[in-house]
Amino acid sequence: MTSGKDDEDGKRFTRRSLFLGVGAAAAAVPVLESCEPAKGPSAGPGVLGPGLVAVTLRVNGAETRVAVEPRQTLAEVLRFDLGLTGTKVGCDRGSCSACTVWLDGTPVNACSTFVLDAVGRELTTIEGLARGDALHPVQQAFIEHDAMQCGFCTPGMVMSCAALLARRPDPTLDDVRAATSGNLCRCGTYPKVFEATLAAAGRKGG
Amino acid sequence: MADEVTVRLPVGIAGDGLREIERAIPADEPPPLAPNDKLTVIGKPTPRLDGRLKVTGAARYTADVRLPGMLFARIVRSTFPHARLRSIDTSAAERVPGVRAVHIVDHLLGSAQLRDPKQELASKFPVVRYVGQPIAAVAATTQALAEEAARLVRVEYEPLPFVVDLEEARKPGAPLVFPAAADEEGSAGGGGGPAGVPQTGNVRGPARSGPHGSHGTGDVEKGLAEADVVVEASYRTQVQTHSAMEPHGLVADWGADGLTVYASTQGTSTVRDELAEVLGIPKAKIRVVTEFMGGGFGAKFGAGNYGVLAARLSQKAKAPVRLVLDRREEHESVGNRPSSVARIRIGAKKDGTLTAIHFASYGTAGTGTGAGAGGPAKNLYPCPNVLVEESDVFTNAGPAAAFRAPGHPQGAFGLEQSIDELAQKLGMDPLALRDRIDVDDPAQEGSAGARRVERRVGAEKAEWSKRHPPGADRGPVKRGIGVAQAIWYRFVNLDSACEVRIGRDGSVEALSAVQDIGGGIRTVLAQIVAEELKIRPEQVVVRIGDTMFPPGPASGGSVTTGSLSPAVRNAAFRARQAMFAQAREAYAPAVDEAQHRRIASRMRVEQVSAQAVRGDDYGGFAGGRKGRGMGIGGYGGVQFAEVAVDVETGVVRVERIVAVHDCGRPINPLAVESQIHGGVIQGLSYALYENRVLDRRSGWMLNANFESYKIAGAREVPRIEVHLIEEYRGRSSTDAGGIGEPATVATAAAVANAVYNATGVRVRELPMTPERVLSALAPSRETSR
Repeated sequence: MTSGKDDEDGKRFTRRSLFLGVGAAAAAVPVLESCEPAKGPSAGPGVLGPGLVAVTLRVNGAETRVAVEPRQTLAEVLRFDLGLTGTKVGCDRGSCSACTVWLDGTPVNACSTFVLDAVGRELTTIEGLARGDALHPVQQAFIEHDAMQCGFCTPGMVMSCAALLARRPDPTLDDVRAATSGNLCRCGTYPKVFEATLAAAGRKGG
Repeated sequence: MADEVTVRLPVGIAGDGLREIERAIPADEPPPLAPNDKLTVIGKPTPRLDGRLKVTGAARYTADVRLPGMLFARIVRSTFPHARLRSIDTSAAERVPGVRAVHIVDHLLGSAQLRDPKQELASKFPVVRYVGQPIAAVAATTQALAEEAARLVRVEYEPLPFVVDLEEARKPGAPLVFPAAADEEGSAGGGGGPAGVPQTGNVRGPARSGPHGSHGTGDVEKGLAEADVVVEASYRTQVQTHSAMEPHGLVADWGADGLTVYASTQGTSTVRDELAEVLGIPKAKIRVVTEFMGGGFGAKFGAGNYGVLAARLSQKAKAPVRLVLDRREEHESVGNRPSSVARIRIGAKKDGTLTAIHFASYGTAGTGTGAGAGGPAKNLYPCPNVLVEESDVFTNAGPAAAFRAPGHPQGAFGLEQSIDELAQKLGMDPLALRDRIDVDDPAQEGSAGARRVERRVGAEKAEWSKRHPPGADRGPVKRGIGVAQAIWYRFVNLDSACEVRIGRDGSVEALSAVQDIGGGIRTVLAQIVAEELKIRPEQVVVRIGDTMFPPGPASGGSVTTGSLSPAVRNAAFRARQAMFAQAREAYAPAVDEAQHRRIASRMRVEQVSAQAVRGDDYGGFAGGRKGRGMGIGGYGGVQFAEVAVDVETGVVRVERIVAVHDCGRPINPLAVESQIHGGVIQGLSYALYENRVLDRRSGWMLNANFESYKIAGAREVPRIEVHLIEEYRGRSSTDAGGIGEPATVATAAAVANAVYNATGVRVRELPMTPERVLSALAPSRETSR
């Protein structure tokens, strides 16, 4: 991923420039303004961390500045630093998808994504899915169809299903199964997840 | 004895001979509730009131709790399956900047204990008996620091001989898991085993029993001799882990005014009980909070070793401590469903009349007990000669815990296949045989009446009449239909209380310490109060999951709704009476919301309140002890499975399940249906995929994750059709019951019977992997060539 995005100051930076920029300063100060674009030619590829570095994340439409350790996962930073605990961690190794968030609209496992890889990208979490009081149609349908029991996998399920509707407004049952095939639910809500997502699609379309 | 009044209560199955009976009930009970079709809120599908919190991520689970100054903890766990600990050096860990406390385990919970503690091996620290056994824990300012420090704790092991394999452990001369006889008491939701059972080597048992708590009835050898037909076979089931999506976890905050604990638990009260006992502090000084919890399935009743460690660390560090387990710890150390090997012999007369049932099983609950699987054999079909013999085999593996219908899915897997085999030998249809033998003992009201209706409804929905002979399909993919039955018990937890408050503005609160483990008790409480006051459920503010409120039942044994709903109804009824008294109005039955608001507004006081506790069942219990009632009657459940078996690859696909169930008076059919889905899916996951694999050479679990410990996901879920019957027994002010456990008892057996119908071959071992299906098919292939 090398495509650049505008940062808060309107300057462009890329993954490469980010690494270059941090490298020079890392030795001197543990807490860094790491997202500053590289100034002038650099001595070569640098190393981020292991201490804290400051990054800007664009979360649910708002920019937020946070000091992170480069080794931290996106799930850790969302949950512990930003207080966005709707993103759940069930396995911490990308096999249950309770931590599903969107990066530029694509569902990813936040537990298996470095927070640095979310810099410069549009990040959507379960907390950002509703528009004010108006729930996303998938959220509404989950409630009506009882597509939840203990509710722990629910945020991840909702994110997977809502992403499906964004890319395929009129999905088939197989599409819903494929979209949620990584989302484990031990309570066994799958039939109602399917039902709710198809109902939400129908409502959206019609 | 309190005053009694005689009332008329609905009894029977709606649409199938519902009638009224007279029964004397305490005079202060609310009037009998009409059947559901006459009610406005109860029995109507009602979306969960906390649904919005769950779909927006706002619902706060234990791992989401953040307190000022909160520390993060990590447990140091044994890397050996059996060892004495020579020394534990925590000095390097303590030197890690940010480390605030270290605690070494001094007393282990969750495993069996030596009957005579003096027989324990001489050891300064608790002897390690399974990989993953907690040894110590560290609390630090971040999770990463806690983990780093935990790695620096130096444990010097003196390894001892060990055994993790069930068959090896049974052999004379096998390494001994315990040096002498050991016991583990059962928990609220089952699990554990009877105490004082004889033990030889690692084998603890057999414990002999029969129907209704007897030590066996009649003489099975005589019964088998009298039989015209006998079936005999052995069945094996694997170890299954609970695999709740939310790991076990707890935040402990031990301050000057007591200990506050945020726990992911099925029992706020049982966590409090265990902490009070282990830490030696009064219950009143302990507060347990469970706003939301992410699944338990029987493994989350007590505080556990992790809970005690978190409390001790908090006590030492004088700061809140968060301890949340990871997925490996979940699989290895906090419970599982024991394995079983069952030899079943059943005898019958030519007309199907049963003459003998002999069920002899052994299985391993690791360092725990409770591998018995004889429940269905004892209780499903009445028979003059019944003997169940159950043995636990200790192995150096993590202890079992209660797991959704303890012993029953494994027991039904063998029993219900045996009944099908018997039908085949008798030349009877499997349903016709069950119609003959599944009848209640005349002396004891049971669950046969529900199953009779359920078989009929299910047979029609599943198109049983179109079922073909075994293995009749041509081509490599063969389809079949199978049926199996469930039994469960009407346990009642008498420690079930609720307070209902009515404010002068008409607002209504219901308060109970009960936790919602996913069954939807929050919504159920609101529905019952709403029905009683004739308001809408969303107008009832339900506050639960906190021991500051009146005690709630631990959610185990499918007791929550059946135990607590009468208490909430009675509390609402009495609060309403108090509201009329405070308004100086003559009491009148509830009419509508306007009436409620009008009377409330006239109260002389700001608020009236009433608390009620679950009383004994109307007409009394069949048995029970220590705050637990065993209600008369029981739960049934009949499931039909349709499968497609590819005889070239051995892959079994479940295509459809028809699940017909009863749970007394259903309160929220929407949530009941969800729980039945869950029971079915867990059951088919158990039937086809799940299997804990331990390495015999190291004792480590080889698949302690979700990649190679496969649980059913979206692609494996079949079409599931739920049919719920309403069965009234006239036993409480709501007459409601439970569904969590009955919903998972029959599934694996139904799938196995369907595999037989598809292929003509019996698979007698779980999980029914492609390899096992192919090897079961191999002999028949040889002969067909």
